[in-house]
Amino acid sequence: MSLHDLNLIVNGVPSAVVVEADRLLIDVLRDDFGLTGTKEGCAIGVCGLCSVLVDRRLMSACLVLAVCVDGLTIETIEGLSEADGSLSPLQESFIRRGGFQCGICTPGQVIAATALLDEKPDATEAEIREWMTGNLCRCTGYEGILESIVAVTRPNRVT
Amino acid sequence: MSFEYHQPTSVDEAVSLLQDHGDDAMALAGGSAFTLFMKLGLISPGHVVGLGNLEEMGGIHLEPNCLWIGALSTHAEIEKSPIVRDHHRTIADMFARVATVRLRNQATLGGNIAHADPAQDPPPTLIALDARAVIAGPNGYRRETPLDGFFTDYFSVALEPGELILGVRVPLVAADTRATYMKFLPRSADDYATVGVAAVARVDHDGLVASSRVVLGAVGPTPMRAKRVEQALLGQRVTPQLLAEAASLVRDEIDPIADARGSPDYKREMARVWTERALTTVTA
Repeated sequence: MSLHDLNLIVNGVPSAVVVEADRLLIDVLRDDFGLTGTKEGCAIGVCGLCSVLVDRRLMSACLVLAVCVDGLTIETIEGLSEADGSLSPLQESFIRRGGFQCGICTPGQVIAATALLDEKPDATEAEIREWMTGNLCRCTGYEGILESIVAVTRPNRVT
Repeated sequence: MSFEYHQPTSVDEAVSLLQDHGDDAMALAGGSAFTLFMKLGLISPGHVVGLGNLEEMGGIHLEPNCLWIGALSTHAEIEKSPIVRDHHRTIADMFARVATVRLRNQATLGGNIAHADPAQDPPPTLIALDARAVIAGPNGYRRETPLDGFFTDYFSVALEPGELILGVRVPLVAADTRATYMKFLPRSADDYATVGVAAVARVDHDGLVASSRVVLGAVGPTPMRAKRVEQALLGQRVTPQLLAEAASLVRDEIDPIADARGSPDYKREMARVWTERALTTVTA
């Protein structure tokens, strides 16, 4: 097994880590960086629990080999809040509108919606539904999740 | 799983690595299919050749009479490319409906073709549009081959050891040629299709079918070209009855297996229904 020196920017912090060739990004984030907000669900890229941003692009951390993201920026749920701990408007919206039930899918839901609002700040409800297709909520709390995202799209943005 | 990971800086170096290690080596593009198969224990290469950002395998641009799509283009890059949208809207729309946003950001065109999952959407569409793969081999060797016939069995393509897909060339089509890709998704939008149908047709000024191609996915070990359907249409006047009769021939052009999405008989019937719909769209 080959070992690889990786340089990553994780939640804004330049970081170096040595990984074996077969390590998955999700395991490096959770075990090496201690970023356990990113959850593992299905482990086959279907459920969306492990959603992270790789160079601002939404991906399943369970399907990405760590060696493939050398030199790239990674953002996880832990990176969305400000330095003073204040949450992003989207995170606040999930809390205010009850965008979660048991909570295990929530980091993935929030990361996926963050990526959507980056790309389409004025996303319509239909676009939100389509984009969020791959983030499952087994409590079936979809209405709350949808409302939480709709509320922070550009035409609806309120504080 | 234990392998050496290589990161070549040129196509020739990648080809050399693949050649040196033969059956013990695999090329890695986006890595989504690779990782899934690794987890399932279906592959165990000793050497993995990461293709990273090899320039010769990237890019989307127009060439004389064709569209070039580099093998390392992700599904999302193809779906959003203004060049693809302008010149082959069907390809852009098809890629936009593969799996989820996450997969489309990771999975590449070349990886999709080399993986050769018969239930995937891109191969039928690319074959219907007569796309060709551009392939690199040892000693700077390059060849070009039609994707029609390139898929040889489940998860198998006609690549020799040491060969690498650099990209595809898709011929530009005349303005009166119409194309579509339809898929039947009775469960969820990100599921594999029960059946996928790509159809391309040109109807002449007299209302006769001048040419057509029909290729189906998820109903056989490879993308299945329905040549008898194409032959039944050729030179005929487009009527609802003609399209229905031609579509009914698709039942015997495919080889579906029974799985959670239905029995072979059910899939043959759904293939007929969706082929008729696709033909109606491209001949309207």
